[in-house]
Amino acid sequence: MRQFRRMMKLHKLSGKFLGLLLAFGLSATASAQMTINGAGATFPYPIYSKWFDEYAKVDPSVRFNYQSIGSGGGQKQILALTVDFGASDGPMSDDNLSKAPGKLLHIPTVAGADVVAYNLPGNPALKLDADAIAGIFLGQIKKWNDPKLTALNPDVKLPDQEIVVVHRSDGSGTTYIWTDYLSKISPEWKQKVGTNTSVNWPVGLGGKGNEGVAGQIKQTPGALGYVELIYAVQNRMPFADVKNSAGEFVKASLESITAAMATAQIPDDFRFSITNAPGKDAYPICGATWLLVYEQQKDPAKGKKLVEFLKWAAKDGEKMAKDLQYAPLPDSLEQRVLKRIDEIKM
Amino acid sequence: MSILANGDTAALMAGPVAARMKPPSRFGDKAFEWLTLAMAMAVVALVFLVGWQLARGSSLAIQKFGFHFLTTSTWDPVAEQFGALPFVYGTVVSSLIGLIIAVPLSIATAVYLTELAPLWIRQPLVSLIEMLAAIPSVILGLWGIFVMIPWLRDYPFPLFKKLFGWTPLFRGPIYGVSMLAGGIIIAIMILPIITSVSREILRSVPNLQREAAYALGATRWEVTRIAVLSYAKKGLFGAVILGLGRALGETMAVTMVIGNTPQIAASLFAPGYTLASVIANEFTEATTDIYLQSLFEIGLVLFGITILANLVAQLLLKTMGTKMATRAVQ
Repeated sequence: MRQFRRMMKLHKLSGKFLGLLLAFGLSATASAQMTINGAGATFPYPIYSKWFDEYAKVDPSVRFNYQSIGSGGGQKQILALTVDFGASDGPMSDDNLSKAPGKLLHIPTVAGADVVAYNLPGNPALKLDADAIAGIFLGQIKKWNDPKLTALNPDVKLPDQEIVVVHRSDGSGTTYIWTDYLSKISPEWKQKVGTNTSVNWPVGLGGKGNEGVAGQIKQTPGALGYVELIYAVQNRMPFADVKNSAGEFVKASLESITAAMATAQIPDDFRFSITNAPGKDAYPICGATWLLVYEQQKDPAKGKKLVEFLKWAAKDGEKMAKDLQYAPLPDSLEQRVLKRIDEIKM
Repeated sequence: MSILANGDTAALMAGPVAARMKPPSRFGDKAFEWLTLAMAMAVVALVFLVGWQLARGSSLAIQKFGFHFLTTSTWDPVAEQFGALPFVYGTVVSSLIGLIIAVPLSIATAVYLTELAPLWIRQPLVSLIEMLAAIPSVILGLWGIFVMIPWLRDYPFPLFKKLFGWTPLFRGPIYGVSMLAGGIIIAIMILPIITSVSREILRSVPNLQREAAYALGATRWEVTRIAVLSYAKKGLFGAVILGLGRALGETMAVTMVIGNTPQIAASLFAPGYTLASVIANEFTEATTDIYLQSLFEIGLVLFGITILANLVAQLLLKTMGTKMATRAVQ
């Protein structure tokens, strides 16, 4: 018994010693490790966290801490210099950029698409064009058997039923892409409603998040709304082929998003919009997401690590995009992005 | 009970034991008093701090829109025009619906649990009701979308339309998501709190009350009505106000079933929007200053409504007290 007790004591002691050692060890690595903080968009959060995980293997000396607080928060935090990089699903406005204490760069990373999902008996494959989508969301096309819709879908018997429009109620990059598309194709939409992460909707019910919109579409016969492509694919929701500006009906897919980025006009500050892009294969309702970094980095050591990461993301990180259902940048754009990253100064 | 105990110690102190003890130091008492005062003041200060912070955070919006913020109904982040009226309307109406449904249900439940239910059934029922309070809001919201809404849309709503379609309250197309659905979800969420507070209050009604009524030959219903409910009236009212407080601020579950459309419609089948919901929906992606400040002002309005509701409740409680007193005198 005594022996046992002594053993226990020894054991306890060694346990304490081990704990102490461990604590020392941890603090030693912690001091050598640099933490780079970022905040912003929620849409790319899954791929960003994958990148940070993978990058820890490439460069163990740096750790990333990313808070997906939303694009609005991301823009605010990078303007206030509380984070090392921001992230946003929409490009920053001129007004907000002018508040920045230095030149802010937009670094596009990946892209996604909005699809038009619906709930009709038998879930037939539908085709829609710009006029039809704008008409529905402006409240001018009210019934499923509207002549405009039947003309586009001669093979489908559309019911004499009211279209229940569903949109996002929360501010989101998804809504930004959607309203950006509608503003481009419909002057009336541009003038009456406009482009933003949330808008004053002429018609429709608001659902919170992709799951809220999808839930309402699934539960309401005759409903139609927009959700992220990933979400529709994962939940096996039917979605419509959309006629692009070249006159082709295109199904949303990672390839047709990348095609849109390849043909869209992309200005040098990368504050681009790829909705309604020209090109035969381009899906018209898609958009990119951006990282926001200052051209002049304050902390040279941190800046160097950040640049290394950005380069890695543009080269190796892009290859992981497809597995997570994000569209990677086309090669031409990737080269331009890499060049821009090189311009970051310490 | 505690009075008795105090009396005992006082009697002891007066005896010879007290004479041998050191004169009691008042320091502990004083310290205790100051400490509790500080704690109480901290709570008051917190309320003011929240109000002040909200007002400061929305100063730009207050300057720009002034009183129009409360009287206009356009909410347009693109044109930067903000009016909170539909949200105020939605918050008030959905909370009222919630109360109308939840109050009779929960008070009846509390009466059953304290007055009528056989002993073996009480504890399991209480646990079940308290479990309802433990369901996270967002889960209830998802259940709302996938279970409650389709059911409401297919069965009760068409029935209401058929029966009460002649009133403006139950007209128009039925989408499922609606002000009424929001009110029902609120009712489910405030039911447990009103029930358990009411139950505690009914339990604190002295048995003498009941016995006296029985002695006068009252039936069970009469005992409950005269001896229990009217005795506990004030406390029950307090329980309802607690429920109202929760109802006004309920966010996630309501957001998922109310339809999120900023409009003022007479029909309860039409979608609506609440103050708490619009904050939860739009805060994260609000990029411009005036937009963010307007959301802050929405918070300020909600804060104001909550305080107002409490003040009105206190006032009602006071008049209720005097009424009862005058009746007693008569």
